[in-house]
Amino acid sequence: MTEKSVSVMPLLSFRGITKRFGPLVANDAISLDLNQGEVLALLGENGAGKTTLMNILFGHYVAEEGEILVDGAPLPPGSTDAAIQAGIGMVHQHFTLAENLTVLENITLGTEPLFAWRRDIKAARTKIADMAAEYGLHADPDKLVGALSVGERQRVEILKALYRDARILILDEPTAVLTPQESDSLFETLKKLTAKGLAVIFISHKLNEILNHTNRVVVLRRGAVAGTVTTSEADRAGLARMMVGEEVNRPKVTSMMPGNAVLRLTHVDCQSDSEAQSLKDVSLEIRAHEIIGLAGVAGNGQRTLANLLSGLTTADAGDVEILGAPGVADPTELVRRGVGRIPEDRHATGVVGEMPLWENLISEDRRGAEIARAGFVIDKRRALERSKRLIEEFDIRCEGPEAETRLLSGGNMQKLILARVLSRGPEFILANQPVRGLDEGAIAYVQSRLLQARADGAGVLLISEDLDELFALSDRIAVMYHGRMTPPQDTAGLTVGDVGLLMSGHEAESAHAH
Amino acid sequence: MRIETRQEVALWRVLLAPPLAVLAALVLGAGLIIWAGEPVLASYFALLKGSLGSSFALNETLTRSTPLIFTGLAAAVAFRAKFYNIGAEGQLYCGALAATFFGTGLISLPPVLMVPFLMLVGAMSGGAILIVPVLLKTHMKVDEVVTTLLLNFVILLLAGYLLEGPWKDPMSLGWPQAAPIIDEGIWPPLLAKGRLHLGFIFALVAALLAWALMRFTVWGYEIRAVGLNASAAGFAGIGVNATVIRTALISGGLAGLAGVSEVAGLKGYLTLDLSPGFGYAGIAVAMLAQLHPLGVILSAFFISAVYVGADAMSRSTDIPTYIADVLVGLSVLTILVSVMLTRYRIRWS
Repeated sequence: MTEKSVSVMPLLSFRGITKRFGPLVANDAISLDLNQGEVLALLGENGAGKTTLMNILFGHYVAEEGEILVDGAPLPPGSTDAAIQAGIGMVHQHFTLAENLTVLENITLGTEPLFAWRRDIKAARTKIADMAAEYGLHADPDKLVGALSVGERQRVEILKALYRDARILILDEPTAVLTPQESDSLFETLKKLTAKGLAVIFISHKLNEILNHTNRVVVLRRGAVAGTVTTSEADRAGLARMMVGEEVNRPKVTSMMPGNAVLRLTHVDCQSDSEAQSLKDVSLEIRAHEIIGLAGVAGNGQRTLANLLSGLTTADAGDVEILGAPGVADPTELVRRGVGRIPEDRHATGVVGEMPLWENLISEDRRGAEIARAGFVIDKRRALERSKRLIEEFDIRCEGPEAETRLLSGGNMQKLILARVLSRGPEFILANQPVRGLDEGAIAYVQSRLLQARADGAGVLLISEDLDELFALSDRIAVMYHGRMTPPQDTAGLTVGDVGLLMSGHEAESAHAH
Repeated sequence: MRIETRQEVALWRVLLAPPLAVLAALVLGAGLIIWAGEPVLASYFALLKGSLGSSFALNETLTRSTPLIFTGLAAAVAFRAKFYNIGAEGQLYCGALAATFFGTGLISLPPVLMVPFLMLVGAMSGGAILIVPVLLKTHMKVDEVVTTLLLNFVILLLAGYLLEGPWKDPMSLGWPQAAPIIDEGIWPPLLAKGRLHLGFIFALVAALLAWALMRFTVWGYEIRAVGLNASAAGFAGIGVNATVIRTALISGGLAGLAGVSEVAGLKGYLTLDLSPGFGYAGIAVAMLAQLHPLGVILSAFFISAVYVGADAMSRSTDIPTYIADVLVGLSVLTILVSVMLTRYRIRWS
């Protein structure tokens, strides 16, 4: 990573940053420079230390060793104020906006003096309008943030950072929640920002984006810098190898003869808390030996559909037939029938973190004959035996069945859920974002397990925001937009562009009319 | 200063935390004793002697710990499901009212049946009074802290009305008290001397059963899962509302037993000063025990000892008995801090 011009001082330098959490070295003597006007990609698997490094920069953590220089001057550690003062702006993956305030209020929040007679709203408005025009970040300042789309909210986050005169912008997995089209517009904005001399740190694990839209790539692996390359000289395979240390092949679906229907939805309506999440006239058939991929931007009805198929709610109209019987609001009954459910949010709904592994492994059949003696007393010996077997079979890395579940890494927690679900040999599997937030190794494992289940005769509904995943695993792909579903189409005949258009609502009406 | 999560929580930390917390509370309480102008060590010695120093003192401490075990269990079980039942005081009186209603002559059975019968009706009425708050919580998201707390006053006023009016014992010389429990329903004393009665054994059994329920049964599993992560519990097919309702009934029942125990075991009749706040103290008992049913026995014993000992201490020194409330309050605070310190470490930078 030699600089092109020696006279230019890097805008931001990390010098030998080391951060430990107990025995874990999260950042291991990381040194890197960020120059004016460049987009620097920070690439790495989950747990590689990207977020820790950015948290140190932003003052959330204090590093044990090393220092950070902004314009050659050391940045006081552990102070978010100092980071903002130095011109560092952060756009978190999960937005930090107040939904009940307007765009303007969100942007100015925290910048005004605590005690003042009046707020200078006019100046703020002018400044925001100027920034919006300059960088193509359009957002109505008087709209409530709660009414904005995800893409608009992200623009507000960026405006928020710019309003504080940020010169260094950190974007943490910014495209994870965007449609391909929204992502493109984000990259346009980044181009304008860097043209004005801002520097951007772009955290991602999507290789395509990094190859197309950044200037340099720093790859982190297990807390250390694995390599730094100029993007124009980088290639996909090389970056992937640098990131995981070895070649990882993601599994891919191979064609198979579908069997009988395991799920049949006919003109299903289902109310939810918001209009966009409510299902409208959804019809879908899934057969054994097939994976249906469901694409869509988050918040377009996937959650309602997942709740319906998980047994948490029932339809208001239309027919739901799951494994030959009507849908019911009773997870236990569906599990008994042979439904396997992988929930969207592992931590919030998948496991009880404070319970040991073995208790989470019996949660779905705690009253079943194998686990509950006389239907009431839990047979811990048997539960432990089962846990040990599943820990081995599914390669769950842990201290043992008595370890607290919250201590597992994301990948191992997902393996635990897979073990709970797949060990029952389900005939219909609902896999909702099964690889979200996992590293490459774990992704390959989860996906191959799903394909194995398909080969064993399960029908799978795979809900994902990762189009690469959907295209690799699905026999057919359907798209949800505003609670409506397009009929599934053969993956072979689709392009990412087609699906992207459907995700943003184009053709949704006409597709529905068919 | 920053707070970090400990990767592993060592067992010795967990076991050492409560005694150290109690010690810290005593050290903090010493400030008040000094303020009152009394020697600290001598005062605490008087407290110790007054609570444990003689067979009479020990007998009294165990007697007082009996209702605290029941109310402590009531809080410990409910709080595990994150159902914050602050109404044990009222449920205690419900149990006492039921025991009085059925036990003063309405029904007469041989003692082997009468004693369990009064326990049953007492527990049922303690649970029944929680039905409204728990249904309001499960169906309309009404905060149970408010409803259970306010119900205490409703029940106390009802008890006051009954004792001043229809239930007033004509033989009581004008005191607001109910007729005595018939002999068949009275719980016998455990020792020839002192007030300790069969209720103490019942309380120990209740703690044992509550522990077994929470640890070994499907119900206990479901209660813990709902308390720790209701959304994961619901996803796994545990009826969250059903579990909360069930927990509330168990909790109210345990508090109701405290009332039966005081009426049928200790006093023999219902008065308005039956409980000097055993229901509220039960919350402190449960917190001190970190919601562990067997720990409730120890913490009820400790808190009872503080109250009984403070009475003795105030007789021999100029320190008011309110020191007991301060010490119990401090203990709850120090135990909360010590629990935090077992899970997190503080780093000074």
